[in-house]
Amino acid sequence: MQLVVYSSTNLIQIKMSETLFEKVWKSHVIVEKESGPSLIYIDRHLVHEVTSPQAFDGLRMNNRQVRRPDLTIATMDHNVPTSDRSLPILDQTSAVQIQTLEKNCKDFGITLFDINSPNQGIVHVIGPQLGITLPGSTIVCGDSHTSTHGAFGALALGIGTSDVEHVLASQSMWLEKPKPFEIKVEGKIKNPHAVTAKDIVLSIIKNIGTGGGTGTVIEYTGQGISDLSMEQRMTICNMSIEAGARAGMIAPDEKTFDYLRDRKYTPKNYESLVEQWRDTLKTDSDAKFEKEFVLDINDIAPQVSWGTNPGMTCDVTDNIPTPDEYSNGDENQKKGAQKALDYMDLKSGTAIEDIKINRVFIGSCTNARLEDLIEASKVVNGQKVSSDVSAMVVPGSQMVKKQAEELGLDKIFINANFEWREAGCSMCLGMNPDILSPGDRCASTSNRNFEGRQGTGGRTHLVSPVMAAAAAINGHFVDVRKLDLK
Amino acid sequence: MEPFQNVSSIVTPLDKVNIDTDQIIPKQFLKLVQKSGFGKFVFFNWRFDEKENPVSDFVLNDSAYDNSQILVTGDNFGCGSSREHAVWALQDYGFSVIIAPSFADIFYSNCFKNGILPISLDQKITEQLLAESNPIQINLEKQIIKTSTQEIPFEIDSHKKKILLEGLDDIAQTFQHIDKIAEFEKNSTVPSVL
Repeated sequence: MQLVVYSSTNLIQIKMSETLFEKVWKSHVIVEKESGPSLIYIDRHLVHEVTSPQAFDGLRMNNRQVRRPDLTIATMDHNVPTSDRSLPILDQTSAVQIQTLEKNCKDFGITLFDINSPNQGIVHVIGPQLGITLPGSTIVCGDSHTSTHGAFGALALGIGTSDVEHVLASQSMWLEKPKPFEIKVEGKIKNPHAVTAKDIVLSIIKNIGTGGGTGTVIEYTGQGISDLSMEQRMTICNMSIEAGARAGMIAPDEKTFDYLRDRKYTPKNYESLVEQWRDTLKTDSDAKFEKEFVLDINDIAPQVSWGTNPGMTCDVTDNIPTPDEYSNGDENQKKGAQKALDYMDLKSGTAIEDIKINRVFIGSCTNARLEDLIEASKVVNGQKVSSDVSAMVVPGSQMVKKQAEELGLDKIFINANFEWREAGCSMCLGMNPDILSPGDRCASTSNRNFEGRQGTGGRTHLVSPVMAAAAAINGHFVDVRKLDLK
Repeated sequence: MEPFQNVSSIVTPLDKVNIDTDQIIPKQFLKLVQKSGFGKFVFFNWRFDEKENPVSDFVLNDSAYDNSQILVTGDNFGCGSSREHAVWALQDYGFSVIIAPSFADIFYSNCFKNGILPISLDQKITEQLLAESNPIQINLEKQIIKTSTQEIPFEIDSHKKKILLEGLDDIAQTFQHIDKIAEFEKNSTVPSVL
């Protein structure tokens, strides 16, 4: 079937039915060849301290400039301390990396939200909050969780440092066109305060595997997705990379447009852009995806990961599977599962609810937005963290922190003996002083349970914010559906 | 970037699936602001115990593999974080070819920016190579892996092959299209951030 649609250059074109991804891709192609990668234009480039220093060095060595400083925004998030910001940074190598970003931004004319800025925060939390993220745009950042911004209908890609340098120099990037993959989330969750977006995305990864999305851009569709708030949609797109996908996208709707209205950097001509996006940024009804997967969420349970990759996940009501049960006859997966159980010091057959934890981390670009903290605070309110547990909340941005404090959430967490921290990536990857000690077992709202990710010898269980909060109070995992959360 | 040279070397077998970039280069080593010097930290948490003594049964600690330039490993190699430090570390350690049934997308792309050849092969052939004790030869021009008993062809995108063989600078290539980039910008309806 042929349709008349508008491209981003406002030319009326006749073309075949297309997916949302294909439309955004097509409207950004600068050079296309018969085979091999295309050169695509990048509308937004987000920069942070860890993956950029070598890129700026490369520019200097070749006497190159940043082509579009006005499309480039930097912040520091990965290794900033989350304790008292008035104190000097004790880790000298972190301090050097932070100073290097300051100097690079100054030298190349890039706007930086530094450690003292009210706009500082995890790059994928501040992008949408500041209205920098836009539907239908292309966004890159030297961080795999850039996929988060796809919740707004952007094509948002994590890139390596060489590509960071390439985009700084040319505002463009060579990329093989990924294949469109539809994940349809059908049905309705019975209590969305207990079973969350995190449980949906962990269920997806559990089903399709950590390589299930390799070479694709996932578009999440269905009522299960349109019912979600923007912050929940970000949680879903954020973990697309954990399924191996190049990016995740959700078609924008009125919730999307409302979210971005009146933000600090919302474009002046926003309403006219919305008119254009409303008409164009959706998958045509008869467009074809190369791959499809359907998840019914009517009866899904809160999820808990038990292994060392996010696909090693089960229901909170399950027992830990045997390597045989997990691997379905695949010898390599079976060996991986056994190694994971050894590392995690867990035995097959143990009930998830019987696993005791001693650390809790509520934070990260996956789950440290205001709604996450509101929902977690409902579990914590009036309770105390179990005496065996040390628990912390690290808001995703200084703005989230401020908004949460205006609602009194800080007091709820502090009264329950949680630590209430400044914004940053923190114990999601432990580049700053927030790390697990060897043998620690952590209920974490982050995105990766890889060996040593949160600290050498540390053991990570991925869960939603309400599940993490309930584990903090009880000292072990509990099914939050029993808590009558509203 | 140096042009890719044909390789003749024994393989280092690392028989594990889903090896993520957090294992290849743990986060405590991401704070350097240069590209060099990451080799001594590659697979750090698998190579060394908590007292930083070598773990005797980890393959990289077996001196037989000291001069190996070819890593053979499991499915979905390089998944997780986009950190290019993983590629810098493998290269600095001495690997110039990585063979696996499949690679994670960002890692795969990062290899070509640094002159490393990632070869994706059928699971069965990868398993044969994991057990290969004699040196093997990699010829990128001909797209052939030669072992003591067989010749194994491999696929690679022609553009990527050219980049490796000629050691091309990506950005210089792109600047040949600078007029098209400028023209695209002129027509773009996406506003500046500021």
